[in-house]
Amino acid sequence: MTIEINGTPRELTTETTLADLLAELNLDARHLVIELNRQIITRQQHADTRLQDGDQLELVHFVGGG
Amino acid sequence: MNIQVNERAIEVPAGQSAGALRDRVKPDADLLIRNGFPIDAATPLEDGDRLVLIRRGEVPAAGELETLLTARHSPGVHAKVKQACIGIAGVGGLGSAIAIALARIGIGQLIIADFDLVEPSNLNRQQYFLDQIGQPKVYALKESLARINPHVKVTACHLRLTPANIGEVFGHARILVEAFDRADQKAMLIENFASRFPERAIVGGSGMAGYEPGNTVITRKCGSRLYLCGDGVTAAAEGVGLMAPRVGIAAHHQANVVLRLLLGLEPTGDGDSP
Repeated sequence: MTIEINGTPRELTTETTLADLLAELNLDARHLVIELNRQIITRQQHADTRLQDGDQLELVHFVGGG
Repeated sequence: MNIQVNERAIEVPAGQSAGALRDRVKPDADLLIRNGFPIDAATPLEDGDRLVLIRRGEVPAAGELETLLTARHSPGVHAKVKQACIGIAGVGGLGSAIAIALARIGIGQLIIADFDLVEPSNLNRQQYFLDQIGQPKVYALKESLARINPHVKVTACHLRLTPANIGEVFGHARILVEAFDRADQKAMLIENFASRFPERAIVGGSGMAGYEPGNTVITRKCGSRLYLCGDGVTAAAEGVGLMAPRVGIAAHHQANVVLRLLLGLEPTGDGDSP
């Protein structure tokens, strides 16, 4: 199946949760805000969110400073 | 002839001197400024002149002040800005500058929240003063905002924002400005506010440390209603400190996003409306 991450297509070969994907991409969930199909997914939901064909994922990464 | 005196139109006889008009309108004024330049009392006025009469050190009365302040606000813009209530989470380098910019354009209401106190090391970029060291930042900033524009209603919340209180503190904020320092806190705040208030816009900052070119600080739309200002990558680190110029650029990007959203304009300039 194919999902989109920040507008770029990505193939997923096995059943993947959001938490799996973040681990695969080596991303720290604590520094991310995630929208799945325009809905915010909180960090408590990452492990239970199964990605599906056609999902549009927006991963917004933050760096420190302000 | 018609003269604008302290932003009000007044009809005066042709050839009248600035001093004569001063004696009629504001006899105690000791500074006469015509079209932006100081003049003597004997100087004759001309039709269409704009005259500002000031008594040095005097704070204008509330009604007059409103007229004077709003004179530089674009009419269609000010009406919309004045209605708005904006939340600012964190009033360090970004938040203090954003609050001041919004106060200067005449924003109606600000909700500012931060647990921090003013420290000497903050003064390299944050909008505080030596005599405010040790004060809670939100109270120091509220005081400074009142010195700029006393018509802004400021709700100062001296507390640490957590998932448990974000909804309550910013319940009335139409737009939330994220102005935290730590990356995990930025994400925590936005995630919580966004899931609680799915229709409201959020304006965050990410990547404004150091002294890379100012032109690399941009405004991007991320997802459906989050706008991010910064270069996206330059984190504060040893040797790459946070400094007034670049933090100020990012802060004013954020303030401008707020202004554009209030005016119904797409903040990035892509397309017509947000």
